[in-house]
Amino acid sequence: MTEVVIKDVDFGYSEDHIVLHDINLVIDEPGLYCIIGPNGVGKSTMVKCVSKIVTPLKGQVLLDGEDVAKMKHKDVAKKVGFVPAFSQDAFSMSVINTILIGRYNHQKWGSREKDLEMVYKTMKLLHIENLGMRNYNALSAGQHQKVSIARGLVQEPAILILDEPTANLDVKYQVYVMEMLRAIAVERQMIIMTICHDLNITSKYAHKVIMLARPGKIHAVGAPEDVLTEDNIREVYGINCRIFTDEETKKPYVILGSAIMGMAEDY
Amino acid sequence: MGDSKYSETVDNYKRSIRLKLIFIIACIIAIVVVVSYAVTVGAVDIGFFEVYAIIIDHITGNITSDYDYIVFDMRLPRVVAGIIAGAGLAICGVIMQSVLKNPLADPYTTGVSSGASFGATMAMTLGMSALLGDSSVVILAFVFSLVPTFIIAMMSKFANASPTTVVMAGIGVMYLFNAMTTVMMLWANSSDLNRIFYWQVGSLALIKGWESIPIMFAVVLVGLIISMILSGKLNVLATGDDSAKALGINADRMRIFTLVLTGVVSAAIVSYTGLIGFVGLVTPHIVRMFIGADNRYLIPASALFGAALMLIADVIGRVVIYPSALPVGVVMAFIGGPFFLWMVIRRSNKAW
Repeated sequence: MTEVVIKDVDFGYSEDHIVLHDINLVIDEPGLYCIIGPNGVGKSTMVKCVSKIVTPLKGQVLLDGEDVAKMKHKDVAKKVGFVPAFSQDAFSMSVINTILIGRYNHQKWGSREKDLEMVYKTMKLLHIENLGMRNYNALSAGQHQKVSIARGLVQEPAILILDEPTANLDVKYQVYVMEMLRAIAVERQMIIMTICHDLNITSKYAHKVIMLARPGKIHAVGAPEDVLTEDNIREVYGINCRIFTDEETKKPYVILGSAIMGMAEDY
Repeated sequence: MGDSKYSETVDNYKRSIRLKLIFIIACIIAIVVVVSYAVTVGAVDIGFFEVYAIIIDHITGNITSDYDYIVFDMRLPRVVAGIIAGAGLAICGVIMQSVLKNPLADPYTTGVSSGASFGATMAMTLGMSALLGDSSVVILAFVFSLVPTFIIAMMSKFANASPTTVVMAGIGVMYLFNAMTTVMMLWANSSDLNRIFYWQVGSLALIKGWESIPIMFAVVLVGLIISMILSGKLNVLATGDDSAKALGINADRMRIFTLVLTGVVSAAIVSYTGLIGFVGLVTPHIVRMFIGADNRYLIPASALFGAALMLIADVIGRVVIYPSALPVGVVMAFIGGPFFLWMVIRRSNKAW
């Protein structure tokens, strides 16, 4: 059973530029967790603390009770997979080799048959099995995204973090990827955390929503219908909206109204 | 898996690996051929196939040819040095371009060349040979070529070790050393200036004999082995610092380690051969066009291709205006310059 605990975490790139304030969060059951919030609120920074890409100034991140700060990068990597928001490799390899990088902690020199098979299955799952020998940099933005997601999936971590996995994808693949991530989380009993900007997609697919507000604190955590409320959205994003409940899914549906200018967040 | 598409994918993948191995074998064959030809060039006529016969005889201790001394002691050291230098500079180029994510990086990006130049100039102008003997140029070039790398490694502790920091620090250090070199050259007499100039262009003619080989060979060999061991990690690092850290690699430490590694390897080479340019810059690009950017294959293939390229450039330099000779650095620039321009045009397809 995997568990992530974020305890009293402050993070800043310098003492006078604090990004995250006193973050407390417990994730102790599998599922798809969507992290939402306005630009620059520290969503990426928060997930980077979990995968030890950055280290908090104060507080602790615990993976199954173990302090990430005291773990080796390699040991964190065995538990947490991270798919960055944007990646363009200066000198790129073929798609198969790029995805095989995700098997780095599992493979010895050369690539075993088993790794190749897993890579192929994952490519098929994402409908990119025809791109195998193409050069990664020669792909479209949406294809890049799918290759990155595949790289995260073949890593087989207990916790998979994706920084905006649906950016650059068209509507169909936004829905497809989120549907798939939700299904994988359930099927493989994984914790999957994604940063998301689309409130309705979040509402439809997230098991839980983590809403961050300025200046880098957690505003609300819970089921979509509890977090995606008119009040929360107005306070956090500075926009008016109306919320309906979808008859079929019983999930909240957000209809955006107008932006409220001159609020405290415009600094 | 019974999926026919799957077996097709695996077949394609395996074929791509076979092609990489074929490229590597082709480079080895090219080296064997060029070595033989390179040894035939000179005042005394020695046959193409005779060369290997003489080498084999020498190794088996059964010396029969009158040309043994010419082949083994006069011509072969230069050829062997060319192989070592070409291989070493090429792997340094691969590593630098990969860890700095920069197609313009070469073994000298961290200022190795400016430091070496400073040391060599100091040896030649300040009469250091009284102090350090005949090897003063090699010793001082080696010592000072390491200085810029270590300055950058230290700096990165206070700033960070991002590619931009390293490249910019390298430029800063390079200007500083070049300024100091220029000052010494302003004071130098004209015969010293000639030597300095010749050294700065780089030439395998600076290899005096077998005594120049062992250190260079040992350092390049160790460098090659370490970089082969690290090649998988370099692939991970190439996907970006964040994703490398997430895969368990300390990106900053890895970058600094490889900078020091390439610094030492290129220093060991240039202190003997002078500043041979372009092989480190261009070889990785050419090889990448054939076999792609997977460092596990790119590093050994570049080492072999770099060695072959260096030998060919040296032979051309010795043949084209025979009996006079062009330094290998100049020939390399004549080959490398136009090639680089062609590559810039080709880059429009964005494959690298």
